[in-house]
Amino acid sequence: MGEILTLLWGGFLIAFEPLNLMLIIFGCTVGLFIGAMPGLGSVNGVAILLPLTFLVPPTGAIIFLAALYYGAMYGGAISSIMLGIPGASTAVATTFDGRPLAKLGMADKALTAAAVASFVGGTISVVLFTFFAPPLANVALRFGAPEEFALMLLAFATFVGLGGDDIAKTIFSIAIGLVLSAVGLDIISGEPRLVFGDIPGFMRGINFLVLAIGIYGIGEMLWTVEENHKAGGKSMMSEAVVTVERTLNNLKELLGTWKTMLMGSFLGYFVGILPAAGATPGSLMSYGIAKQISRDPDKFGKGAVEGVVAPEAANNAASTGSMLPMLTLGIPGSPTTAILLGGMVIWGLEPGPLLFTQNADFVWGLIASLYAANLFAVIINVAFIPVFIWVLKMPFTLLAPIIFLLCLIGGYAPTQSLHDVWLMILFGVVGYFLRKLDYPLAPAVLAIVLGPLAEPALRQSLLISNGSFEIFFTRVYSAPIMIAALILLALPLLKPLMGHLRRKKSKA
Amino acid sequence: MRKAELAMAVVMGIFSLYLMWKSAELPIGWIQGEGPGGGAWPFWLAAIMLISCITIIIKWVRRTSPLSRSDEIYMDRGTMVAVGLVAGSLIVTVALFYVIGVYGALPLFLIFYVRYLGRHTWPVTAAMATIAPVATFFFFDIALKITLPKGLPIVEETIFYPLYKMFL
Repeated sequence: MGEILTLLWGGFLIAFEPLNLMLIIFGCTVGLFIGAMPGLGSVNGVAILLPLTFLVPPTGAIIFLAALYYGAMYGGAISSIMLGIPGASTAVATTFDGRPLAKLGMADKALTAAAVASFVGGTISVVLFTFFAPPLANVALRFGAPEEFALMLLAFATFVGLGGDDIAKTIFSIAIGLVLSAVGLDIISGEPRLVFGDIPGFMRGINFLVLAIGIYGIGEMLWTVEENHKAGGKSMMSEAVVTVERTLNNLKELLGTWKTMLMGSFLGYFVGILPAAGATPGSLMSYGIAKQISRDPDKFGKGAVEGVVAPEAANNAASTGSMLPMLTLGIPGSPTTAILLGGMVIWGLEPGPLLFTQNADFVWGLIASLYAANLFAVIINVAFIPVFIWVLKMPFTLLAPIIFLLCLIGGYAPTQSLHDVWLMILFGVVGYFLRKLDYPLAPAVLAIVLGPLAEPALRQSLLISNGSFEIFFTRVYSAPIMIAALILLALPLLKPLMGHLRRKKSKA
Repeated sequence: MRKAELAMAVVMGIFSLYLMWKSAELPIGWIQGEGPGGGAWPFWLAAIMLISCITIIIKWVRRTSPLSRSDEIYMDRGTMVAVGLVAGSLIVTVALFYVIGVYGALPLFLIFYVRYLGRHTWPVTAAMATIAPVATFFFFDIALKITLPKGLPIVEETIFYPLYKMFL
């Protein structure tokens, strides 16, 4: 305990270095703007802006991106409430009661509730993170190749078992991401592999950022172009009256929702830790539970403050939770952390438990910056509510070309090759068409990041066991993880079977 | 939607077959002392892709998936034009990178988007088309020292050599 506090103190000294502090404030502000824009969320922001972080050292880069991640989580609520369009999928649950509140002329109440709940959720989860991470990293130090592979399989299995999307399409998405990550030189024999059309650009492999910016930048924007076209450029903006007196009253009223805030924070954090689950299911679950435990459940959906507080506390807590497996195990808990993990590899760090011993400055600087980012995000958010509302009025046709420009250059910068820019556009367009047919794309991004780690883990494990898959089931740590993964994989197959049996029974 | 669902599954199925064939250029079996061959990992993953596509097609035939029953139009004409114009302009922009470079192509893209797609006024268009590329130049070429493509050598020599001298 004492040791953790000492390390945390060291982290604060790093986080409060002038450059890092500036990056936190800048990251929060940019994140709030990105989160506030309908359709764009933390994952888009982190994917598009990651190439810009080459300017600063790795610790500064992750601090900036983590602050942006937080800011976007706060910002997502703004468009959910003001426009009724979720800023990102993580803020979908916020529309359920945030929008009705805005329509009742209480937009400011909903916005303040969202900001405060986000702060509480974020802070509680960072405290939990601080004390959970080091012991988990210690356990993970004992992991070998079979455990690593089992963990990655578990991450993919969570998508299949709990994803809720079409199973065949989810599996397709995971597999294509892994195959794309196999392009380039075979890591063991050194031979060229999957070099399509003998184009030299493929020899370097496919950088995960090319797929991430393609899908979350280009593809997402094409999607928004379509949505805007269908809406005919019309949006229903609510009016918000913001005065100091009203804000103080709103804050006072929020004290009554402390139970919901605590519930959302703890639930969000633990759901966020699950690989692949992340903030969206966390916030939806939290909303559901808040409604169940409420004394007045009928108010939900018509403008209950608890209905804003619950999902907002949960989605911020989940974003911290999803960083826990990323830092300690090297397995991302959400698409955004998958991209952060890929970034860590680019910055020359090895994600996983060794980070805590070899790059303690990096880890504790990041953790301390999360405390600071929460504080700044809530201050900036509450203070500049009118500015963010003004941003929402900015026409899409001015914003879109800037984002496209950032995508084109962001796709070029990491490798400085136009080959990657072409690939990025291809992935964006194909991703857009796939998304229209309900193919989930987040698993593909997670897979292209994990692919280069999963393949060697599998090959090494099989080499140790001389080709037998038994190795995954005979070791202390890998066996339970592997069994959990297999159960999750089997879950979608069991569901229809159970339904079938039940129908038979009821007929009999 | 119904037709698109089938078409996509067939196209992706064929792509999976191609990936399997391409992976098999490297050994896909067990190599004594080395473990699985270099092609094994992508080969079996591509096989999983193929099985997924076949499952989607079977569901389509049996009409058990939501999209296989949907009568909705996959893409109406207006959407096709709107999305096509944007995607097309991006492709033209990147193609122009080779000729007139990033700093020639980006302003053209911005003018096209802001003025013709966005129907904003000329002053707004002009401001966007100048500020964005200038900011990009100072951030990437000067601060990050990541030289963005300048197009044909003559463009770089006449315009950018003097600028490098001034700022680098």
